[in-house]
Amino acid sequence: MDWTLYIYKTIFLVIIFLITLVVAMYSTYGERKVAAFMQDRRGPNRAGIFGLLQPLADGVKMFMKEEIIPLTANKKLFILGPSIAMTTAMLTGVVIPWGGTLTIGGREFSMQIADLNIGILYVFAMVSIGVYGIMIGGWASNNKYALLGSIRAASQMISYEIAMGMSIIALILTSGSLSLNDIVQQQHGMNWNIFYQPLGFLIFIVCAFAETNRAPFDLPECETELIGGYHTEYSSMKLGFYLFAEYINMFISSAVIATLYFGGYNMPFIDQLGLSPNVVTLLGSAFFFMKILFLIFLFMWIRWTLPRFRYDQLMNLGWKKLMPLAMFNIVATGAYYYFTVLI
Amino acid sequence: MQALTNRSKMVSNKQMTFMERIYLPAIFKGMSITLKHFFKKKATISYPEQTREFSKIYRGRHVLKRDEEGRERCTACGLCAVSCPAEAITMIAAERKPGEEHLYREEKYAEVYEINMLRCIFCGDCEEACPKEAIFLTDRIVKSDYERLPFVYGKSLLVEPLDPNLRIDISGRQTKNVLNFKQNKRFAHNR
Repeated sequence: MDWTLYIYKTIFLVIIFLITLVVAMYSTYGERKVAAFMQDRRGPNRAGIFGLLQPLADGVKMFMKEEIIPLTANKKLFILGPSIAMTTAMLTGVVIPWGGTLTIGGREFSMQIADLNIGILYVFAMVSIGVYGIMIGGWASNNKYALLGSIRAASQMISYEIAMGMSIIALILTSGSLSLNDIVQQQHGMNWNIFYQPLGFLIFIVCAFAETNRAPFDLPECETELIGGYHTEYSSMKLGFYLFAEYINMFISSAVIATLYFGGYNMPFIDQLGLSPNVVTLLGSAFFFMKILFLIFLFMWIRWTLPRFRYDQLMNLGWKKLMPLAMFNIVATGAYYYFTVLI
Repeated sequence: MQALTNRSKMVSNKQMTFMERIYLPAIFKGMSITLKHFFKKKATISYPEQTREFSKIYRGRHVLKRDEEGRERCTACGLCAVSCPAEAITMIAAERKPGEEHLYREEKYAEVYEINMLRCIFCGDCEEACPKEAIFLTDRIVKSDYERLPFVYGKSLLVEPLDPNLRIDISGRQTKNVLNFKQNKRFAHNR
């Protein structure tokens, strides 16, 4: 490795982190706007033009709030909880291919921080660790509502991870690689995986909603039953971190869905345009972000359409519906490849 | 039993069909509804910039009228206080001294006249009871406050200004019909 590569990777890492933070910041704004528009309201429009400074105002508010750590709480774990939630949320973006390769001065620079050959497994590992942030936070609060919320979160995330993993297995059967970059390159043009794995996509996106604790699966933080769930005792920026981590998770899972099922940075008909490779790469990245933004909108759209699940319904859906479906998907995919491709 | 309206739905325990059980069609239907609302005209009125149009006969903050020469019309008869269902009005009457003819129309006037705006239900009965056309409800709003005391409006807030240009317009409520109704001796309340 030489120095230019190190410098390039560092700069790219910082840029991706900044983009992640900014997108998450404006997701909070977008969420409020989308919610308002779907309910025939206007949403935040006082801070700055169209209320665009609202996320800043919210951030300042969060920082200025009084920081309360309950007397009976376990102080170390109480601080550790939101830190883990935030860190794991940020770390997942490392393996996502944000674009193709840029050629600057005869050298190739990949628009991906780390092209791990087990990229998908890495994403799953990070999502699993993310559960600890919520569990530790809920446990350390020493509050029954927080504990109930965190138990719900843990059982929900573990249940849905199984179906999610199985839907991915079917995808890996078709792609034959665990590296996210390989999977994207196989979807060149319009060969998006969603056309080959529609059932797998459906299972994956439902599980993604459940994994990010978004409506209709937001049982861990339902306001009416649990007074906020695992972050009941949190205040100030520690609460802000939890809320922010949810939006980062939403952004990252949108990116993962776009990578796995919507062709990542691939654009249809890009080869016919005859553009230079660098322009193609940048256009591809822009297109990738458009896909991500649409998926974030989808997340919000679903949230403001569907009511919350009951707890037994949630478990039924996860274990009795999605898991058999995912198994069937694996078998069907395997059988298809056995009879058509191999023979 | 006969249904009062045709809108009631019969409840049944029939099993859901397969299409209903996978919920996806229902979810897409719901999503199309929310998307439709996304592009609908918003019901919001952005308050400080826009204000909702008041009805012509809006019953808001009261005014104690003066006559054409600027004299207070109120004679402190107390009919408004008697008619008030919320008992929001109190007053203390006083006798007009010589030399005060330009201030008060008749020999008796209200030295203190208070309306508790927290008690007032803005029904307009005081206006109806007034034989002197002195009190009217207007399309102005009672301002909000953090304390209770400022809601007790005295004469300084109730009596309209002397300046003819600053008089409060009550033509919306004091129409010809209303005036006719109030002064017609045919009706029991005027006899």
